[in-house]
Amino acid sequence: MTVHDMKHAASDSARLEAVGGRLSRVDGPAKITGAAKYAFEQQLEGLAHAVLVGATIAAGKVTAIDTRAAETAPGVLAVLTPGSIMELKGASDWFGRPPAEETYCPLVREVTFSGQHVAAVVAETFEQAVAAAALVKVWYDETPAIVDLSDGSDGIPIDAMTKEWGDAQAAFAAAPVRVCAAYNTPREFQAAMEPHGLIARWEGDALTIWEPSQWLDGMARTYAEWFGVPFENVRLVSPYIGGGFGSKALALAHSAVAAAAAKMLGRPVKLVLNRPQNFTSYGGRAATRQTVAIGADREGRIQSIVHRGVNETAVDGMWVEPLGSVTSIMYATPNFSSKQNVVRVNTVVPGAKRAPGENPSAFGIECAIDELAYELGIDPLEMRLINYAEQDPEAKKAWSTRQLREAFAAGAEAFGWAKRSPAPRSMRDGHQLIGWGVAAGTYPVRRAYGEAMVKLLADGSAEVESSSIDMGQGTYTILAQTAAETLGVPVKQVSVKLGDSRLARAGVTGGSRLAGVMTGAVYKAAGQALDELIGLALSDPRSPFHGLQANTLVVKDGRIASPRGDGPEISIPELMGTLGREKIEAKGDTVPASFTPQQRYNNYTTIATAIPHTEGDYSRHSWCAHFVEVRVDEDFGTVRVSRVVSALDSGRLYNPKLAESQWKGGIIMGIGQALLEEGIVDRRHGRIVNGNLADYMLPTNADIPDIQTISVGIPDPHSSALGGKGVGELGIVGVAPAIANAVFHATGKRVRDLPITLEKLI
Amino acid sequence: MKDFSYLRADSVEAARNAAALPGAMLLAGGTTLVDLAKCGVAEPSTVIDISHIEGLNAIDVTADRAVIGALAKMSQVADHAAVKSHFPAVSEALWQAASAQLRNMATIGGNLMQRTRCPYFRDPQNFPACNKRSPGSGCSAIGGVTRGHAVLGTSEACIATYPGDLAIALVAFDAEVDLGERKLKVEDFFLAPGATAEQEHDIRPGEVITAIEIPGSAATRRSTYLKIRDRQSYEFAAASAAVGLELESDGRTIRDIRVALGGVATKPWRARAVEEALKGKSLEEDIVRKASELAMEGAVDHGANHYKIALAPRVVARAVLELGETA
Ligand SMILES: Cc1cc2nc3c(=O)[nH]c(=O)nc-3n(C[C@H](O)[C@H](O)[C@H](O)COP(=O)(O)OP(=O)(O)OC[C@H]3O[C@@H](n4cnc5c(N)ncnc54)[C@H](O)[C@@H]3O)c2cc1C
Ligand code: SF4
Repeated sequence: MTVHDMKHAASDSARLEAVGGRLSRVDGPAKITGAAKYAFEQQLEGLAHAVLVGATIAAGKVTAIDTRAAETAPGVLAVLTPGSIMELKGASDWFGRPPAEETYCPLVREVTFSGQHVAAVVAETFEQAVAAAALVKVWYDETPAIVDLSDGSDGIPIDAMTKEWGDAQAAFAAAPVRVCAAYNTPREFQAAMEPHGLIARWEGDALTIWEPSQWLDGMARTYAEWFGVPFENVRLVSPYIGGGFGSKALALAHSAVAAAAAKMLGRPVKLVLNRPQNFTSYGGRAATRQTVAIGADREGRIQSIVHRGVNETAVDGMWVEPLGSVTSIMYATPNFSSKQNVVRVNTVVPGAKRAPGENPSAFGIECAIDELAYELGIDPLEMRLINYAEQDPEAKKAWSTRQLREAFAAGAEAFGWAKRSPAPRSMRDGHQLIGWGVAAGTYPVRRAYGEAMVKLLADGSAEVESSSIDMGQGTYTILAQTAAETLGVPVKQVSVKLGDSRLARAGVTGGSRLAGVMTGAVYKAAGQALDELIGLALSDPRSPFHGLQANTLVVKDGRIASPRGDGPEISIPELMGTLGREKIEAKGDTVPASFTPQQRYNNYTTIATAIPHTEGDYSRHSWCAHFVEVRVDEDFGTVRVSRVVSALDSGRLYNPKLAESQWKGGIIMGIGQALLEEGIVDRRHGRIVNGNLADYMLPTNADIPDIQTISVGIPDPHSSALGGKGVGELGIVGVAPAIANAVFHATGKRVRDLPITLEKLI
Repeated sequence: MKDFSYLRADSVEAARNAAALPGAMLLAGGTTLVDLAKCGVAEPSTVIDISHIEGLNAIDVTADRAVIGALAKMSQVADHAAVKSHFPAVSEALWQAASAQLRNMATIGGNLMQRTRCPYFRDPQNFPACNKRSPGSGCSAIGGVTRGHAVLGTSEACIATYPGDLAIALVAFDAEVDLGERKLKVEDFFLAPGATAEQEHDIRPGEVITAIEIPGSAATRRSTYLKIRDRQSYEFAAASAAVGLELESDGRTIRDIRVALGGVATKPWRARAVEEALKGKSLEEDIVRKASELAMEGAVDHGANHYKIALAPRVVARAVLELGETA
């Protein structure tokens, strides 16, 4: 594979607009002015409103539901219960595996977590539905609940997660220097500004869903299977998304309730989860526990890593948070063992939150290596360099690119790491103990096959179409840049249409794969469109280039000419006019030619065709190093992050401005994770008690210092068509351990349970 | 949220008459009331909008006395030049409260009347037991998640923390609340739960707060509000202290001192024991730290809120010492 390095005119605006230019978000004005219409803002004729009734117990049976008062309440159209909602068919999972059950009921009789949907009320207005929902009476036969990881057994071993080489136990026992500790992360939530919900409308057998979505085609498949209609009959619309962070990739129980209600009533139905329901209707990051044991020689060289991980999952669903994912690749070690269990607890099945797996995994290993550094009296940064992995220790393959050493160097330089005084509690400013910490992070390059439609229109403008989405990462912008550069037209003449499942197909937006997949597909489609235009220009007798002694033409700033500049030069509209063409369109894809239609369908509607990051000769990952300064009040134990310098390797950046914003977003989320975020469960009721945005604490602007990011990436030809690696998830990985390490440096106290709240330090 | 009728009061008189109706509730900035209505905690049958009553938002401040109308916005008072110079603790308590958006909406009267953040109180659907909401139903918090709950002034009926900031400063400086017919000390206006957790204020049906009055003194001029919290903004106090200080001419000896605590008690909590221990003493760190411990006399924790007992005296001590260092 080669990197398609696209040459371009060197004018300032061209530099800004080209791939790699710092173009501002093209969707920004629409969002700032309110012109951007989000899913719930659709105004539909005859719209009815649904409100859910959640279980108030965490485990047990619904013995009776009294709906009479609700049914006669003003405006009520229907009260849905497990007995009265229409029967749905079971749907396959996101790997495309067939359902375990033939039928599916999104309202439950068997309650496995508090807040689970047991009934729903549909009414003419939202207020009426809310009022009537409060009148639904539910009786339960409650059984004891397993509240969290500490309640359960050792759990269920997940053998597929076991990774071992050498003899880790023996090598650890024999190592002259050893550290071993347990690291815990709590249940965390994505807490996107825009809640989950949808508007569903049936027209005969055709279903239209307006729903914020990270995966239109995958969700459309689920709806199609639930209702037994052809996939083509389901249209998902999601042009703008108010944050997803991994939570909005699947059609969920509440989605099924709304679509079923719309079908039953023959009216469009809107259902939006209220804020507390956003904490119980879909899973956040599972709570995790890890023990990390590292044995080293006296020079600090790691001899063995023994890692054990546990994450919570649900009683009625399986979620594995891969806790050994960073542990096994960050440092070179001759002996390694990692195993993982899951424990079933009474919670909604946990889900993906920014860097699932890598994030908690890095918390364990990056704190543990810090502990080892202090044990040996070696600088924590030096410690990491001593154990630098020159190749993937697990896959035993070369890295495609790994600019981590460069990241350490650039970050340390910008941060001033050399001025650090090594002893804990040795730096202070008045009552504030100052601590400097470092940690590394990584995220695999997840690749997939994609497609895109590119149209060149008679007026010289271009359109890019894809059912992929932009939830703030900048898809609209980078695809406009890619098309503009490939076609040789100005960015402002390119319009990008996303978020409609009628457009060219797209797989999931998750795992930081979209930019790589879609720039590749758009590059290909735009290239095809351009080739067609040039082909016509050279072959059509009406064309001024006809008969020219050239086998190609160049397009620049919307004008087309021969490469040597010896022939005519005309604009694309002129050429299209001469050729008598309304448009030239090309659907390009990067799907293997051998794929059958079924494989193509699966490629977009499941994650089964994702390409392993260690496929072939290389192991592909993004890398980063975070340098953090904290200030801890010696009396109050309050921790504030006062400085962050992060150096990151995401390969080639398609748009550095947007990449930096994403990295910073991840770093901010990491600060929240380190210091604030925790779903707090009442152990007697198995219910989260801080399920709202005042009590589930997220950082405010006042908690965030200036963050400096430095790109140390180089184009990675093995990772994507244009040389980029993942951006979106990388930034958060390693932030929490860097902060925990800084807190230790400041205070001499090692806090191994997130979040690091003040009572843990006073 | 259930249906209610809406009445707009044009005068205090009209508001009083309407407020006497059963199920009536006053609406000022709405930042507490609307929130609680959404949670299903407040279920007014009539909402009386007092926000349009003229003249109730006046702020009249001299060195001797601040009179602040009930409808003055938190942000206006926080920013008021004379409040800042004569009553800095009041300004600081306000600007560290809530968020800019809330402060621009919320009124001083409503601020005093804000309700506890006890999560059980705010979730009637899932936690029916709450003595504050339905007397005699029990307390869901005791034995549950108590990290934010009070350690002072609690009872077997209720351990909910009074969450506000402003009232802490008011209690420290002997402010009064003006109810029209009568005036009472802010300290007495707030009631500890005892056996009647539902009664939080000494306010009768039909009474409307029209203003608060704060007597000025050397201690209000040299005053501060120190708020310690999990995050830097938009967060209630883990522990806070309003402190006012008057020193003898030697610049070291404490002539007068006022200390009140927030975030740790069921009502704004005046720490008289600390004041008494420090009056006439020299402003030395160990003396101040030792005296500050007295703030926790009688404290009882419920597990997760244990840290407050260690934290609060340190907040008091820091506030006193830092105030001593200012000129
Ligand atoms: C997310 C959040 C965070 C917050 N953080 C803080 C914080 O850190 N510190 C802090 O101090 N506060 C905080 N608050 C509380 C906020 O300060 C109060 O909500 C606000 O001051 C209430 O004023 P209001 O005018 O909006 O009252 P309203 O909501 O209109 O009324 C509140 C109550 O007071 C009654 N009332 C209003 N005016 C009068 C009157 N004149 N006479 C008698 N009764 C009256 C009403 O009937 C109602 O019961 C926070 C609030 C929220 C929502
Ligand atoms: S502490 Fe008070 S407010 Fe909270 S549940 Fe108990 S009685 Fe209700």
